[in-house]
Amino acid sequence: MANEVMGRIHSIESFGAVDGPGVRFVAFLQGCPLKCLFCHNPDSWETNGGREISAKELVDQILEYRNFIKDGGVTLSGGEPLMQPEFVKEVLTLCKQNGLHTAIDTSGGVELILSRQAIDAADMLLLDIKDVDSDDCEVLTGRPNKMAFDTLDYCEKTKKPVWIRHVLVPGYTLKQEKLERLAKFLSGYQCIEKVELLPFHKMGEFKWKEMNKKYELSDTPIPTEEQVKMAREIFIKQGLKL
Amino acid sequence: MAFVKGSWNREINTRDFIVSNYTPYDGDESFLAPPTERTKKLWEKVSDLMKVERERKGVYDISTDIISGIDSHDAGYIEKDLEEIVGLQTEVPLKRAIMPFGGYRMVKTSLSAYEKEENAEIASVFKYRKTHNDGVFDAYTDEMKLARHTGIITGLPDAYGRGRIIGDYRRVPLYGVDYLIGQKKQAKRELTPDIMDSPTIRLREEISEQIRALEELKSMAAKYGYDISQPATDTKEAIQWLHFAYLAAVKEQNGAAMSLGRTSTFLDVYAEKDLKEGKYTEEQIQEFVDHFIMKLRMVRFLRTPSYDELFSGDPTWVTEALGGMCIDGRHMVTKMSYRYLHTLVNLGPAPEPNMTILWNTRLPEHFKKFCADISIRTSSIQYESDEVMLEKFGDDYGIACCVSPMRIGKQMQFFGARCNLAKALLYSLNCGKDEKTGQQVGPHIAPIQGEYLDYAQVVGRFDMICEWLAKLYINTLNIIHYMHDKYCYEKIQMALHDENVLRTSAGGIAGLSVVVDSLSAIKYAKVKPVRNDQGLIVDYEIEGDFPKYGNNDPRVDDIAVEVVKNFMKKLSRNQTYRESVPTMSVLTITSNVVYGKKTGSTPDGRKAGEPFAPGANPMHGRDTNGCVASMKSVARIPFEYAQDGISNTFSIVPDALGKSDEQKVSNLVSLMDGYFLDKGFHLNVNVLKKEVLMDAMDHPEKYPQLTVRVSGYAVNFIKLTREQQIDVITRTFHSRF
Repeated sequence: MANEVMGRIHSIESFGAVDGPGVRFVAFLQGCPLKCLFCHNPDSWETNGGREISAKELVDQILEYRNFIKDGGVTLSGGEPLMQPEFVKEVLTLCKQNGLHTAIDTSGGVELILSRQAIDAADMLLLDIKDVDSDDCEVLTGRPNKMAFDTLDYCEKTKKPVWIRHVLVPGYTLKQEKLERLAKFLSGYQCIEKVELLPFHKMGEFKWKEMNKKYELSDTPIPTEEQVKMAREIFIKQGLKL
Repeated sequence: MAFVKGSWNREINTRDFIVSNYTPYDGDESFLAPPTERTKKLWEKVSDLMKVERERKGVYDISTDIISGIDSHDAGYIEKDLEEIVGLQTEVPLKRAIMPFGGYRMVKTSLSAYEKEENAEIASVFKYRKTHNDGVFDAYTDEMKLARHTGIITGLPDAYGRGRIIGDYRRVPLYGVDYLIGQKKQAKRELTPDIMDSPTIRLREEISEQIRALEELKSMAAKYGYDISQPATDTKEAIQWLHFAYLAAVKEQNGAAMSLGRTSTFLDVYAEKDLKEGKYTEEQIQEFVDHFIMKLRMVRFLRTPSYDELFSGDPTWVTEALGGMCIDGRHMVTKMSYRYLHTLVNLGPAPEPNMTILWNTRLPEHFKKFCADISIRTSSIQYESDEVMLEKFGDDYGIACCVSPMRIGKQMQFFGARCNLAKALLYSLNCGKDEKTGQQVGPHIAPIQGEYLDYAQVVGRFDMICEWLAKLYINTLNIIHYMHDKYCYEKIQMALHDENVLRTSAGGIAGLSVVVDSLSAIKYAKVKPVRNDQGLIVDYEIEGDFPKYGNNDPRVDDIAVEVVKNFMKKLSRNQTYRESVPTMSVLTITSNVVYGKKTGSTPDGRKAGEPFAPGANPMHGRDTNGCVASMKSVARIPFEYAQDGISNTFSIVPDALGKSDEQKVSNLVSLMDGYFLDKGFHLNVNVLKKEVLMDAMDHPEKYPQLTVRVSGYAVNFIKLTREQQIDVITRTFHSRF
């Protein structure tokens, strides 16, 4: 149909238990402006990859899972879902009309002027803050962090609930001083309900190899239990819920 | 305080007793009691014995000189002073009895496998006395023997006890044995029609056997110092009487699956009364239950190594069904349901008894969460849909073996193992010849034409082969069950049934996902057969991609539905023994490995010898849209056409289930609510890390109680063959996090 809103998706996960509250249907959208060194889905970067699907078609698929996700919901992840704001808006609006809870899992790497309408359509955001320092963020992801903070400000203004996600990468983000500054900064936001600290893992390394890309973090260790505990305590001290 | 009276006082009606007297429990698990010192000591002793058993190649000892029967052996104890509930199969714990009436050959093979002497006197008995196995082979046709030999029909109970019969063991505590004998005598007196035809003569003889079995049951209990002629008067007696009744069954029959039924809510009636009257404390009641369950964990049968290869891990299928709803709208969860499950904590995880939750979305939330929590901690329980079964089987059904529902005391089945549908598909491509041996086994149908396989042509040929197979299969089962009734009748189990029972002829299929993906490949991709020198198709080249079963994709899932429906319809068209109703299961148990070994390459890309997926599961690694999509594909298979059950085994790594323990529990509850609302029938839940299993392969001594759910039952992982361990590990572990 001519008027249908189309989007590109990378894959789906019919049982998402770790991407927002409850059991969720997760659609991973294709295309991402960032090039995170630790990315475990580098095959989702290319904007023209994946497969094309209409918003309605995707929602019809989602509704088949209603009995499973009625207490959870739907999460659009990626890639960077906000690169396809119209598609996201359409999918989430249709989901909401069917009584499903909706979330966007984003790193906020898109100008607000483009992403705002999609954010408005979601019940909540899972917002990935890559690095508290913009220069370091560029090293880690290829982009500064300004747009992510703009997105957070917008959520604060519109009272949109946010779960912050932050990957602990030894040698990069896993530094006491950095974490303290980030925690302090985040504690000023009312919209943040929860912070999820995600220890770096290398389960995506094989994909980099398959794609003949060089994986820079081969020698980076995964965080120790003590390091994760240390990080958690920093955030708890600032009154943030983990 | 007395029990509420009803029709159960006028005739045998266990259900009426339960429904009139049980107390649903909505609370949480906080009332449960930890193991007593006695329990701990006793379990330690049993664990040590089990360790010795493993060291002795899996068999502790064999009672070679006595033909096992209900009261054949002297009383046996683990440690008499510590045991609240008593009764073992032989006079020594874990010592296996011989039960030769199913087949003396099987006994002989087992004895030599475990380097034991055959008793000459017993050998001489079977020179004159025929067994079930002898009878079957006297009647088998050449075609049946060939089909059995190539493995298109396998696992048939023609050399061992058929099992899958559940006695209503609760009748013994409720009524006492004397009343039951009186009722049977009365039934026999009334069975005097004008014409003494074969069915009547057979039934009269059977009832006489049943009466003798009940007498033997009393005599067996007497050896332990109990008189069970009268009803049990309290919880301890009720459990003890119940155990004697079950024990009689496992002393008399080496049945493939010797399930317990649905006993917890029945026993809870006694427990509630004793708690109210202050007769026993919660600790004492839990102790009785722990000791009873311990006994069930110790049930052993002597089986051959080739049997073990098929049904691996020494399973006995002491299946106990818990929960479910009552017809009157109340749920049937009681404190006793919790106590049974709590044994997995008090005694640690174990494969037996095969704890089966009859899941209904209307069960109390506390209980759902408790079950999910136990699943996450032990991977020892399975779930089956009370939503589906309540409607067809009422509220007093149990599960025999893995997934076979039946009304307790009113229904039994003629177990038919299964036929290999993947092989049947290959026969349809090879003019009825076996793809491994080249022998003409099936009808000589026209060869397949063209360079690439044509979907319509293949479906047509497959239909012809299935028609032939269904007929041969039912005829084979007819012979088996005629002979089993004649030479190896389950007299104590049938003594605990009504005289007029509903019988089903339970067929089954293996290799469903292989057939379905193969047909999908032929339909949606291009499949080119590869022939050997003799013109036999032995391999396939696939060009292009095709939808795979397990991704909630109707293009292929509908093929699965059609395959199941068609085969069931073909089974129903055949005449069965003893007017039994044909049914079908989609279940493999662990035999998916052996079936795979015996089956050549298939058009879905599976290579010769590779295992099938278990039960109705999608093939390993082909379900790529997450577990809910996979479950939805399986749930699409209509129970109406597979009323003997549809098995689905699900494995997930703990971290993929949620972040906190609380979230894991509630997510697992949501998952099961969704699956069963969507008409899923059965779900094995494993919450395990692959690394743990791999470590257990190399260091079994570290994991004596590591339990995994396979297809419809659970096993001690370290008791599986290495091949089967690898199969479990290569199954899809849902692990995205």
